[in-house]
Amino acid sequence: MTANGWIQFALYVAALLLVTKPLGLYLLRVLDARGKTFLDPIMRPIERLTYKLLCVDPEEEQDWKRYTAAMLIFSFVTMLFTYAILRLQDVLWLNPQKMAAVSEHLSFNTAASFTTNTNWQSYVGESTMSYLSQMVGLASHNFLSAAVGISIAAALVRGIARHSSKTIGNFWVDLTRVTYYLLLPICSIYAVVLVSQGMIQNFKPYDTVSLTEPFTTQVPKVDDKGNPVLDPAGKPVMEDKKIDTQTIAQGPMASQIAIKMLGTNGGGYANANAAHPYENPTPLSNFLQMLSIFAIPSALTYYLGRMVKNQGHGWAVWSAMFVVFLTGVLVSWHYEAAGNPMMHQLGVDPASGNMEGKEVRFGIFNSALFATITTDASCGAVNSMHDSFTPLGGLVPLLNIELGEVIFGGVGAGLYGMLVFVVLAVFIAGLMVGRTPEFLGKKIEPYDVKMASFVILVLGFSILGFSAWACMNKWGAPDAMGALTDGTNNSGPHGFSEILYAYSSCTGNNGSAFAGIGANTPWYNATLGLATLFGRFAMIVPILALAGSLARKKRVASSAGTFPVSGPLFTTLLVGTVLLVGALTFFPALSLGPIIEHFMMHAGNQF
Amino acid sequence: MAAKTHSIFDPTIIVPAIGEAFKKLNPLHMVGNPVMFVTEVGAAITTVLMFTGTEGASFGFLLQVTLWLWFTVVFANFAEAMAEGRGKAQADSLRKARTQTFGQRLTSSGGLEQVPADQLRKEDVVIVKAGELIPGDGEIIEGAATVDESAITGESAPVVREAGGDRSAVTGGTRVLSDIIRIRITSNPGETFLDRMIGLVEGAKRQKTPNEIALTILLSALTIIFLIVLISLKAYGIYVGVTFSITVLVALLVCLIPTTIGGLLSAIGIAGIDRLVQKNVLAMSGRAVEAAGDVDVLLLDKTGTITLGNRQAAAFVPIPGVSEQELAEAAQLSSLADETPEGRSIVVLAKQKYGIRGRELHEMLNAKFVPFSAHTRMSGVDYNGESYRKGAAGAIRDWVGGQLPKEIENEVEAISNHGGTPLVVAMKNKALGVIYLKDIVKGGLSERFERFRAIGIRTVMITGDNPLTAAAIAKEAGVDDFLAQATPEDKLALIRKEQEAGHLVAMTGDGTNDAPALAQADVGVAMNTGTQAAKEAGNMIDLDSNPTKLLEVVEIGKQLLITRGALTTFSIANDVAKYFAIIPAMLLGTFPLIAPLNVMRLQSPTSAILSAVIFNALVIIALVPLALRGVKFRPLGAARILRRNLLIYGLGGILIPFIGIKIIDMIITAVQLA
Repeated sequence: MTANGWIQFALYVAALLLVTKPLGLYLLRVLDARGKTFLDPIMRPIERLTYKLLCVDPEEEQDWKRYTAAMLIFSFVTMLFTYAILRLQDVLWLNPQKMAAVSEHLSFNTAASFTTNTNWQSYVGESTMSYLSQMVGLASHNFLSAAVGISIAAALVRGIARHSSKTIGNFWVDLTRVTYYLLLPICSIYAVVLVSQGMIQNFKPYDTVSLTEPFTTQVPKVDDKGNPVLDPAGKPVMEDKKIDTQTIAQGPMASQIAIKMLGTNGGGYANANAAHPYENPTPLSNFLQMLSIFAIPSALTYYLGRMVKNQGHGWAVWSAMFVVFLTGVLVSWHYEAAGNPMMHQLGVDPASGNMEGKEVRFGIFNSALFATITTDASCGAVNSMHDSFTPLGGLVPLLNIELGEVIFGGVGAGLYGMLVFVVLAVFIAGLMVGRTPEFLGKKIEPYDVKMASFVILVLGFSILGFSAWACMNKWGAPDAMGALTDGTNNSGPHGFSEILYAYSSCTGNNGSAFAGIGANTPWYNATLGLATLFGRFAMIVPILALAGSLARKKRVASSAGTFPVSGPLFTTLLVGTVLLVGALTFFPALSLGPIIEHFMMHAGNQF
Repeated sequence: MAAKTHSIFDPTIIVPAIGEAFKKLNPLHMVGNPVMFVTEVGAAITTVLMFTGTEGASFGFLLQVTLWLWFTVVFANFAEAMAEGRGKAQADSLRKARTQTFGQRLTSSGGLEQVPADQLRKEDVVIVKAGELIPGDGEIIEGAATVDESAITGESAPVVREAGGDRSAVTGGTRVLSDIIRIRITSNPGETFLDRMIGLVEGAKRQKTPNEIALTILLSALTIIFLIVLISLKAYGIYVGVTFSITVLVALLVCLIPTTIGGLLSAIGIAGIDRLVQKNVLAMSGRAVEAAGDVDVLLLDKTGTITLGNRQAAAFVPIPGVSEQELAEAAQLSSLADETPEGRSIVVLAKQKYGIRGRELHEMLNAKFVPFSAHTRMSGVDYNGESYRKGAAGAIRDWVGGQLPKEIENEVEAISNHGGTPLVVAMKNKALGVIYLKDIVKGGLSERFERFRAIGIRTVMITGDNPLTAAAIAKEAGVDDFLAQATPEDKLALIRKEQEAGHLVAMTGDGTNDAPALAQADVGVAMNTGTQAAKEAGNMIDLDSNPTKLLEVVEIGKQLLITRGALTTFSIANDVAKYFAIIPAMLLGTFPLIAPLNVMRLQSPTSAILSAVIFNALVIIALVPLALRGVKFRPLGAARILRRNLLIYGLGGILIPFIGIKIIDMIITAVQLA
């Protein structure tokens, strides 16, 4: 834990604080159907045209049921659209590498994953997807799924801020305005900035370059017809092959990376994601990428404060997020910096920490910070391999996801998830001030508790339930079941961690992976795809129901006897609730995975 | 009053409660409480598994775990039975007030028949004479009488009840002291206020309040989550290579689901209503008690609540030509036979201010006293050939023959305008002057209102006085606001306005024209002396008819909610320690390396699991007194109360089980139970 790391961290926090208020104020205008922005001269006509094409009256608001229906229909249609593109990419345009059509299960998994802002990637981008699939099939979701998330958060915040109101906004208006006024403009500039750092943006076929240090490796020998040559025992015959060239993927990278980060999507253009030199060329690009992950989620807390006319509440929510974030960074950083005692015995310098799976360019601190940020938010972009973290260093990303990704969280998703915890915290502790629980003047009644409980149940049910299923069948856990070919590469506690991480990541709509797991199998693609859909829509529906219920309520006047939802006390309470609910739900599972691993690692076991 | 506080350890309540606790094991009863139902099912499963020999643990261990799981359920039932038992004890003492009375029912032919009180139906008409008990709740339709209501209210002074107006309601079990009255019975047997109340405290007719329903939903959700956690844990065990026995999984499940609050929830609710009964307030529903906690505006009638119900003589105002001394003398003489507090205050004032010594009635052998009565609204004496009278202006006007001097009329009007009550004194058919009766603000009220301000409750005084008088009294009493020259319609409008602005309003009332406001208010406390209409409209009845008690009602409501919240927080916070006890114990067999996670250094896996289960069961019993008595209420702002309670029940809830489980572990290891 170096001084250099501390300075960078301070810089990061300062920059985050700096963007929170201005961006929050801008969000206030964007999320108001009649809000005025400096982009009106350019964007207004396009916005109006969009409404005309969609046959939407921007003045007409929707109740929560119509809002939900619109959101579900939109998501379903766009998911189907992406599925179709992936299945047909071999016959569509912009496919210079002649990529084949994507398989049914992988197309389902990918379409579900991108529609839900998860961007779990069971495929290797540069060797599976055509330019059209990347740009239209996938990158479009990067914008739209992010806009959906922000819209839902805005609808919930409106539900809290309004009273005696039937409506919570208009989904189509929210979606359109967020895309046109927020995501597209920022990304246009952001992409150019990234290009200035050396990120590529082109439609060229892949490059081939000569290696400065050619090397030799063993590959299976093939005969003239391309069939593998087998020895008498039936094993493939190996031959030496000199490798002196490398294929370098090309493509429209910067435009996709900008929204990948800003929209907390996380789906990399290249398989190595933000560890790839093109996707993350410089320290500045690394810094900006981390900042852009948290920018909108952080600004949304300011938006919340403004909307409910209680900026203290907005900052209390921000602070609660920050406290857990800080804890995560420190724990992960500490254990990564401390390294692996087994490596130390092999002669690795303890001062270098656990560098396995990390880019030397980023080092311990920036890898730990990036890992914490990307899992706090439901981003899932990575600049290091979480699978290679020390057990406790890797527990941080896993737990972050399992807490519901409410630590700033995905764009919109983080705030609406956190607000569910706020409702629960207020409900449990609210009684202790001697009143029936109320949140910003709204009584929390059985219906609200039912919806909030439902959200928590979905999280636990999907992560723990799917993981349990995976542990018990031959497709999910071939090692344990004695099968040979696919599934996890590790067994025992670490293999379990990989399974748990996969379902946590998908349910949490994160998309990062404890690699290791060979997830591109029909069974994993199907169940992980389902987990992303559960984790998104089974949560959004009750959340919108909650928004509708809160909007309908009358407001109770506040007084000295009102439960305080701002200040350090409330922040502490909120942090406690998030940690307690998360810990109580996932502690047993975690103790079977990373926690056992930790003790075993220190006792000299390896995986 | 008959209802009294029972000690927590009163054996007459504890012993039957133990029996009840076992009777309540009936699954049909348990299913209403999801958390405890899951516990019972878990206990049943381990009971069966004990004999299958598949659990891979010693029979002694399985037996102990199973027994403690059953105890957990029994303890929770015991808590509920205790609360109900205390409620029953209250109810029984209430019931005594009205056993075995008979009523003289008017038959259709016009005759009378003697019927037991419990056979009287609504709309029956009974006649009650002096010395008899009133057989049921009803309304006087004819006559007036003095009634001794001490059986219900504990107040020994008899009260006047008369047909028509706001004082026509009578309660079953009270005794008529004078006159004959005709009463129309207003409730069927089993439907009287007392019956409803008894139903509530006994728990039989108790409905869950919205907040209890919401809490039950949350507790059920937590229970489902832990079910998923435990079932999935079994599956993970298969993958990682650990075998978890079902008994241990059930034990962990029961420790994790919120049994503490699940077991005590209904006891807390019953105890809250019970505490109200101890204050002689009958709540018509548990919901009303909760609403009392939420109230943030109190509408307080000036008379009886802020000022003493009775005004006191403050000055004698003679007409020109009469000295104050003369007037005082006459006023004193005419008030000797007036036993009302107002009358007594006149005698006191005459003595204090004018040195007129008190006369003993036996000194005045030839005097003929005219006592004050509700009919004449006048009292006096014929003494030494003179007749003295004092009374309401109208009554004296009639007595002197229809005309009062202009000065008197002016003075009467002036005093009325200042919010006082004028009484006219006359001698020999000639009016001498006016007694000024004034409101006296009750002691200690302004401190009390200060406490309410601290917890965010605003007090509004309602009075028929003019704004000037109202402002003066409001200032003296320390209320936040007042509504002067208020008609019942104004009161209703004010409640609506406050509610519109998001406030929850509590008020007291007794008159028929209070009924709409009582019904509109979130908490409407009707005075027992009030009319039937008022009692029907309110959601609480104060048997003592003491409007100041509204303040206590609010405190009891808050206390109930705080207790519920505190124990919920405590219950959930407890889980942390239980994980640290049981999870290492479950894994230690396969992964001995996990030993450092056993932070409590518990002796062995079996003792760890057993200790956690025992702690989980015992904590329910340990918290029964707290659930029944309620957390102490302090008049602090919400933030301070929250900080305090979070420290005690949140942080305490995390730490205490670490200590408790460790101690239990040491004990059971010492006595070699595990």
